[in-house]
Amino acid sequence: MLLELDDVHVHYGKIEAVKGVSVTVDEGEVVTLIGANGAGKTTTLKAVSGVRNVTGGRILFEGADITKVAPHRRVEMGICQAPEGRGIFPGMTVLENLEMGCYTRKDRKTGIKARDLERVYGLFPRLAERRTQSGGTLSGGEQQMLAIGRALMARPKVLLLDEPSMGLAPKLIAQIFQIITEISRQGTTILLVEQNAQQALRRADRAYILESGRVVKSAAAGDLLNDDTVRQAYLGGLGH
Amino acid sequence: MIATVVLASLSEGARLLRDNFWDYTVTGATIGAIYSLVALGYTLVYGVLRLINFAHSEIFMIGTFGALYATQWLGFDPGDPKKTGIALIGVLLFCLVIAMAVSGASAVVLERIAYRPLRRRGSTRLAALISAIGASFAISEAFALWRGRNFEQFPRLFDKTHTVFTLFGYDVRADQVLIILSALFMMVALDQFVRRTRLGRGVRAVAQNSETAQLMGVNIDRVIVLTFLLGGLMAGGAALLDMVFLEQTRYNIGFILGVKAFTAAVLGGIGNLRGALLGGFVLGLVENYGSALFGTQWKDVISFTLLVAVLMFRPTGLLGESLGKARA
Repeated sequence: MLLELDDVHVHYGKIEAVKGVSVTVDEGEVVTLIGANGAGKTTTLKAVSGVRNVTGGRILFEGADITKVAPHRRVEMGICQAPEGRGIFPGMTVLENLEMGCYTRKDRKTGIKARDLERVYGLFPRLAERRTQSGGTLSGGEQQMLAIGRALMARPKVLLLDEPSMGLAPKLIAQIFQIITEISRQGTTILLVEQNAQQALRRADRAYILESGRVVKSAAAGDLLNDDTVRQAYLGGLGH
Repeated sequence: MIATVVLASLSEGARLLRDNFWDYTVTGATIGAIYSLVALGYTLVYGVLRLINFAHSEIFMIGTFGALYATQWLGFDPGDPKKTGIALIGVLLFCLVIAMAVSGASAVVLERIAYRPLRRRGSTRLAALISAIGASFAISEAFALWRGRNFEQFPRLFDKTHTVFTLFGYDVRADQVLIILSALFMMVALDQFVRRTRLGRGVRAVAQNSETAQLMGVNIDRVIVLTFLLGGLMAGGAALLDMVFLEQTRYNIGFILGVKAFTAAVLGGIGNLRGALLGGFVLGLVENYGSALFGTQWKDVISFTLLVAVLMFRPTGLLGESLGKARA
């Protein structure tokens, strides 16, 4: 198992946002966490990256307990995230933003970095066109591409994506999900948090449904896509 | 009646300013350069932590004592003959290194003691601010107890009355040239460090979005320590330059200068490095021109009126708040 959350709890003050979530992600998989607003998806992802403290349970990465490991060390180990809201550095250029992705990499000076840049520009040609533009001036879709590209620059073993479709037009959403599939095909494991259950379930291997901080269902993504209760709750009713 | 007196003194002030314009300009720029250097410390820490480090004025004060000690260690007395040439450069560099080291180290220790424990506990910004004010009092009173409350004289290291060049009839003195040039050099070095190096990029990333910076693998504690260190080094440099210019120090020398530098940082746009530079020079000039117009006793009033005006009419300052958005 590449990544394993074992009965993870997270509190904001006295309020428990995540109430014992267990999730596993195997190498090469695309796993998605779906659920409504406030279900604890983003908090779970932040706990994996270490920017939220876990108040109970454990997080294992490649078999090692990383529950207490500092966030920057987790990036070095191979966990990188494209956060909710994209988290672009507005005063840095597109290129500088991408370079932040390999901040921890020891080999960032060598030609490997150039090859990674080429790979990201290959996935997102728009970023290549705008490389000298400052991050704050990009459109929402371009910022999302930048956030994903930047996380890829870390060469993560598992890529965490938090709501990549948020606030984007349908055409762009389809494009982003296509690229996510392409990234997975190139060999990166992905843990994807989404409210757009339709797209997420189509692209993922397995899925977990979160409701008010708990996993209420987990199954192969295809099964959930055809599950009537799931369709009613998360896919906007039957058929289309 | 009062109006005519005010008008008469104003017109006299205007004549004074007109006749000695370059004198006031160069002196204002000199003091402004020192403000800028200290302002950088406020702005750096604010950019990364959104905290006004009110104890920064004491970091400056400690630097002045560091410089003073350095001269005593070299065996200088206030009455000694002045140095020239290579010997002078050596002495100045030695004092600079000591002042910067002392201030930089104090800033790092300050962060450890006054701020980090609060941060670990997730305290509010108000708690950190109160801690800052407490640290400021504690440090300056500790120096008062140790050194007494009187001014201590800094020896004159070189012949300051020496004219380097003449600007529109005003003789620019050696110390003024030295202060302005070294301050500019330090500011350019800092700017380049933050812009070009990996650690500097980490500082900018934390200032622009600290959580994402962590997600990219930036060690936030290290960035915070670095920020305090850089601010301290600049304050130490400013301390030596201030000693060369004004030649005396005591426990509370940082207070007024600290508030002025803070004003400069706000004026330029707090969090913005180039804003601190601009704000320092603008404040130094405005203050000095104003003291010609209204009389020297109004100097501090002018500065703080400017602070109030900026906060009221342009709270983001001349170049706008935010370290990251400052772009060349």
